[in-house]
Amino acid sequence: MATTVHEPPQIDSRRLAGERHSGNGAGGGIVPDGDLRVAVEYSPPPSSTAIWVVLFAITMMFAAFTSALVVRKGSSLDWQTFTLPSVLYFNTLVLVISSVTLELARRRIASFMVVLRSQGESPARWLYVTLFLGVLFVAGQYVAWSQLRAEGLYLATNPSSSFFYLLTVTHALHVLCGLGGLIYVIRKLSKSVLRRNQLDAAARYWHFMGILWLYLLLLLRMKL
Amino acid sequence: MHDMSVHAGQHHAPPTSFIRKHVFSLDHKVIGKQYYALALVAAFIGMFLSWLMRIHLAWNNAAIPGLQLLSKTGAPGGVMTPEYYLQLMTMHGTIMVFFVLTTAPFAAFGNYFLPIQVGAEDMPFPRFNMMSFWVTFTAFLVLMSSFFLGDGPTLGGWTQYAPLNAVGSVAGPGQGLGVVLWMASIALFCVGQLLGSLNFITTTLDLRVKGLSLMRLPLSAWAWFITSCMGLTAFAVLMPACILAILDHVAGTSFFVASNLVINDQIQPHSGGSTLLWQHLFWFFGHPEVYIAIVPGMGIVSHVLLANMRKQMLSQRTLIYSMGALALLSYMVYGHHMFVSGMNPYSSLAFSFPTLVITIPSTIVVLIWTFSLYGSRLRINSASLFALGFISMFVSGGVSGFFLAQPSIDIMLHATYFVVGHFHLVMGVAAMFGIFAGTYFWFPKMTGRMMNETLGKAHFWLSFVGAYCIFMPFHYLGMAGNVRRYASFVDDYLQPLIPVHRFITVAALCTGAAQLIFLYNLIHSRFRGEAAADNPWEATSLEWSTATPPPFDNFGGKHPVVYHDPYQYGVQSSVGDYVMQASPEQVKSDNEEK
Amino acid sequence: MAKFFAVTIIVIAILSAIPILRHTWVAPEDISTHGALIDEQMSETMAEAGISFLAAQFVLAIFIWKFSNPGPDAKLKNFPGGAKGLVIAAILVVGVEVMALGIFGVKAWANVYLTPPSADALPIQVQAGQFAYYFRYAGADGKFGATHPEMINEGTQNIFGLDPEHDVDARDDIIAAEMAIPVNKEVHLLMHTKDVGHSFYVRELRVQQDFVPGLDVSLHFTATKVGKYEIVCTQLCGLGHYNMKAYLEVMSQPDFDNWLKQQAGQ
Repeated sequence: MATTVHEPPQIDSRRLAGERHSGNGAGGGIVPDGDLRVAVEYSPPPSSTAIWVVLFAITMMFAAFTSALVVRKGSSLDWQTFTLPSVLYFNTLVLVISSVTLELARRRIASFMVVLRSQGESPARWLYVTLFLGVLFVAGQYVAWSQLRAEGLYLATNPSSSFFYLLTVTHALHVLCGLGGLIYVIRKLSKSVLRRNQLDAAARYWHFMGILWLYLLLLLRMKL
Repeated sequence: MHDMSVHAGQHHAPPTSFIRKHVFSLDHKVIGKQYYALALVAAFIGMFLSWLMRIHLAWNNAAIPGLQLLSKTGAPGGVMTPEYYLQLMTMHGTIMVFFVLTTAPFAAFGNYFLPIQVGAEDMPFPRFNMMSFWVTFTAFLVLMSSFFLGDGPTLGGWTQYAPLNAVGSVAGPGQGLGVVLWMASIALFCVGQLLGSLNFITTTLDLRVKGLSLMRLPLSAWAWFITSCMGLTAFAVLMPACILAILDHVAGTSFFVASNLVINDQIQPHSGGSTLLWQHLFWFFGHPEVYIAIVPGMGIVSHVLLANMRKQMLSQRTLIYSMGALALLSYMVYGHHMFVSGMNPYSSLAFSFPTLVITIPSTIVVLIWTFSLYGSRLRINSASLFALGFISMFVSGGVSGFFLAQPSIDIMLHATYFVVGHFHLVMGVAAMFGIFAGTYFWFPKMTGRMMNETLGKAHFWLSFVGAYCIFMPFHYLGMAGNVRRYASFVDDYLQPLIPVHRFITVAALCTGAAQLIFLYNLIHSRFRGEAAADNPWEATSLEWSTATPPPFDNFGGKHPVVYHDPYQYGVQSSVGDYVMQASPEQVKSDNEEK
Repeated sequence: MAKFFAVTIIVIAILSAIPILRHTWVAPEDISTHGALIDEQMSETMAEAGISFLAAQFVLAIFIWKFSNPGPDAKLKNFPGGAKGLVIAAILVVGVEVMALGIFGVKAWANVYLTPPSADALPIQVQAGQFAYYFRYAGADGKFGATHPEMINEGTQNIFGLDPEHDVDARDDIIAAEMAIPVNKEVHLLMHTKDVGHSFYVRELRVQQDFVPGLDVSLHFTATKVGKYEIVCTQLCGLGHYNMKAYLEVMSQPDFDNWLKQQAGQ
């Protein structure tokens, strides 16, 4: 190329449009996205990208566990199947409902961000419900583990139980991180410094935990 | 409101206390230097271990004075036992692969320069960045602590094959707690690098300044970005593998240990685990890891070469696509480490062809570098010498890949010194040369002082010739069938090869000693070096637009705007034969039309 | 400095090539029926890799010689043909060459791994353990006795965990610490390990195969030359790894029959 001066590239209108709906930040003391500085004007907020990166890493991790399970089951003669504790289905329902309540919360907060509401209506209410359901899920998983232990199925009893504990405990730990995220969002909201993309990131993570659990349940049903 | 917000990365205030400034710092530049220091310490420990191993291989019964102080049982009277040899070998491999070749070119330089090259004030998640370093540092301490165990660190090699890695101390010294510490250390290391990758990816995608499209990123930034994508995938698989191995150890599960293994006439209390499962999981990480070590080097070398060629690469895009292709292919070829492992022989063939295909992007990269030199105004200095040396080493280490990619030839060469020579040249020496090139090139920016050129060149000559003297003979030994990971050569067949080993040992001692020149240069220049200008190499990318060393927020509160492709060399401008990325000046190129 | 560097690269490249051209260090002579193809594959690959290596180093050296420190008046030039030419060259020359190598190499691999052993191949079982190999011949009945891992006892030399009291097949099994095979007769090697991973590497036979704990691996080959060769372990197996070896004796058929009789008598 001979001449080398180029105009800076045009601001990506698609990305900007995505950010615009978060409002102009007039209401409720909630800070809008975007920054007056040029540097980030045309970039998505990093937390939107980051959450996909995190979800990708978690996916890879569970993919590794899954392939380990498939190989381990395929190569051995010592695999004993067992019936999953039925409390797992209840837990599944709880986790699915928690995703619904989180969506409700997100809508409330979105409209809260645009229009100034009276102080009486806390947009965090559905977040608390979600938080409660999340805790209930983890408690339910604990019940499932206790039931299996009562049946004499421990981590090292059989490869099938090893994988059961491995997958469910790893998932539960990730759900606990999600709960941490929700608490973070609630705290930010109560201080009126929540950003839209933080809420979205926490929500995406939470929904992903639900999808991951549905996948794990299917895997455990098919393979154990 | 800003302190915990998503853009916190760009806004945190300069710290005032010593601890927040230099120890638990959020500043990517400090974290980059911390990674560099960690890699430097690790590299010298790793090199020292290789000295001990080489002396033992060449003079088997020689007492190494003082070695008994390191381990009374491992080296009674200073003479190394076979198991201690294996333990040192394992630690050498682990330290070098994880704590040098991954941390220095990727985490150290990447942390320091990626945000500056994209024009950002910091990474988007500085707390994660700080954690990334401290978790990695903890991983290093955990690994080193296994030296102080009664029976020493693990002897299972850096690949830690199952079931040796899982049956416990009955399998040999260091196979109990030693392995657990190794696995814990590597799992922690994975966490650290995953946090790092998260920051690298978001920095590249989201924090670029106005005018800096992806294609205008410097090649080094591209290399770090591609590497972080690889790391995200690879370390997310190695970590669960380590967790499974730890569970086999401490919780009595049987993921990797097969049924009915008899050690000391005792049946081991495990059943039905799969040995090959560990190998699959490990190499799914292990092969990309090779590229995690070398791709940043490719980026750094391109970056350094460009500034010293004073002209553009023949095609920047082709280089980027080739590095991307290497990254993608690296996940499809890992099975070539397992040709004779007992894996299905058809799988070996299926893994062989993608491995051979990797030659194509590698060749393209080498051809672009070499033929870009044609018609250039090449400046010779320590940095460019190491960059050119990198090309030579990469070629030498690369061609032996032709052999190892073919399962039939691998029958002869697998687990011989040929393999050792191959990976030492291509991912060890070449990657180290990339690190050295980066150090000589960026040291002025990082410290505000120039490194000593005479010492730098001496360091280069000794390293270049020395590395060939060490690693070329490895290939010959391998072709003759010299098996690797042997504490001594007691076979009738191997005895006559010992003189070659002695030659290698002498070369290794000299080349290692030459690294002390580098260490001296590094430390001396840090305090006594000549003061560096803002842009001593007349280079174009954003790191040279800011002060030397860069202020806390990188650009002193201003935000550069990018007007040019990254490497506008060979032009006529008001400053010389180049124009900075951030300069609005309009210039005509000296380059011929493409 | 640059010219000296260029010369150094060329000298190193040539010095590196000399031992290969002079065959200073090469694998020992092949004594197997399948090895010739592997050796051929090896030398063809060596030719291609060698040419690529020398060409790349020479071109690099020449460019460094020619284009370093040319002074400020030197005109910048680009290599004629540019990147496109290089990419096409890389794909056509290197890519096709290497793929061709790979395709031809399939035959050498298939010879060893993708063909079944013939029906009359001599079955020999090898058991690897820390840090020795043991070999088992089926004896007159042609059947191997079953193995019982819980009965393995090195003290009483029950290496394989046989139960001759209850197992008729096991009674005439012959166990040896070294491996003898008849020349020009196909051997079917049944490999298993009693503890960790090991490997079976005989350079002259062009054979290397890992033992996989929990799996029975099989291998077949025919030796064509009488002699004594080393079997060594190539899979890191513990502190005695470097010293884990056994001898392979290739004998004429009558010698082998005698050897077997002798072993049975012990």
